[in-house]
Amino acid sequence: MILPSMTKNGAILTAFALATTGAVAVVYNLTADNIALQERNQLSTQLQEVLKPQFYDNSLYQDCVLIDDPQLGKSPQIIYRARMKGKPVALIIRHVTPRGYSGDIDLITSVFADGTIGGVRVTKHEETPGLGDKIELKKSPWITLFEGKTVLGENDDRWAVKKDGGNFDQFTGATITPRAVVGSVKDAVLFSQSQFNMIFDAPNACNTGDA
Amino acid sequence: MSQYKELINEGMWKNNPALVQLLGLCPLLAVTSTITNALGLGLATMMVLIGSNVTISAVRNWVPKDIRIPVFVMIIAAFVTIIQLLMNAYTFGLYQSLGIFIPLIVTNCAIIGRAEAYASKNPVHLSAFDGLMMGAGFMVVLVVLGAMRELIGQGTLFDGADLLLGPWASVLRIEVFSFDNQFLLAILPPGAFLGLGLLIAAKNVIDAQIKSKQITSPEAEKGPRARVTSLT
Repeated sequence: MILPSMTKNGAILTAFALATTGAVAVVYNLTADNIALQERNQLSTQLQEVLKPQFYDNSLYQDCVLIDDPQLGKSPQIIYRARMKGKPVALIIRHVTPRGYSGDIDLITSVFADGTIGGVRVTKHEETPGLGDKIELKKSPWITLFEGKTVLGENDDRWAVKKDGGNFDQFTGATITPRAVVGSVKDAVLFSQSQFNMIFDAPNACNTGDA
Repeated sequence: MSQYKELINEGMWKNNPALVQLLGLCPLLAVTSTITNALGLGLATMMVLIGSNVTISAVRNWVPKDIRIPVFVMIIAAFVTIIQLLMNAYTFGLYQSLGIFIPLIVTNCAIIGRAEAYASKNPVHLSAFDGLMMGAGFMVVLVVLGAMRELIGQGTLFDGADLLLGPWASVLRIEVFSFDNQFLLAILPPGAFLGLGLLIAAKNVIDAQIKSKQITSPEAEKGPRARVTSLT
């Protein structure tokens, strides 16, 4: 008595499961290319913000290295290599600091061969709106303070917020956020200064083939 | 025709998903910090609602009563995933700023509520219209709340509209007034609760005034405001 209805219901559920997953699969296939393109566009916009295009002539998303360095936060970190006519120009480092006010802050920093900074941007954060979110370029030009600066060794005490005796402004009501950003950018620059040539000698991890 | 009128009235006012049924509060409170986000989520919810209502209404005679809920959930989840993929492909910036709340549309009780209460019992064209009106009612509340919070919180309207509507829309951005520090209460979730409370209060005041004008008619309200999502 119950068996026929179970079989029937099971068959109907299976049919609906197949139809709905089928529909999702079709849409996924139709949109996959466009999504990949959008992600690549976003990546190249981000990279262009920290390193102006006139400094390099290779396609950055095809030239990168994966690095495991606890100083730069969660591993592995992606480092893009900018070259001009094959010569090393700059490294663009993605790094994460866990010392934000609420959760991780994802950053992207470009460092030239001589150790100066090309630019810094925050790519993801969960800091308090109105206070800590001034690290976004949209909200405040603070993040551009880093451009052209360099770090003179591990004990460079200019690399701190003013409250800690350094050179960088903190925000009204938010010291933890800029302190975390300044510290993480300093680490990224130190890393780049010590490993610059080694990174450029490492094998390419982003060799996707297509142009 | 009167059926359509009734559906408009139900969706936009009398049985508004956000103000009366109080469904889908999680996205409502979380993403209404700007008009753009509110409009984006409102449109996405409306599309899911229309799609799921139409599909469920079309298959309603083939789905046995015992397994209707899992079938509805599968259909709704499929539509949400499709909308999510489409937004990811064509409105990437908005997709990123709405983040987790797009997949969470699937948990919006307004959608399964309409599937169960209306679409599973009515023909396709009426279900489609019901989805449109319920979606529109939800979206209007989202947008009004988004406008209130954006205006009070950061003094702008339509900030970031280009993420939703393309680059030309950046001209829509209006800076009504500017201050050095944003008004945090309006931007954070408590502001959304306060705003929604004020909107519900305003609706009740208007309803009370309409009622007091019609006091002569003997057919007064029969009981307290009911959440009309149950089987009737």
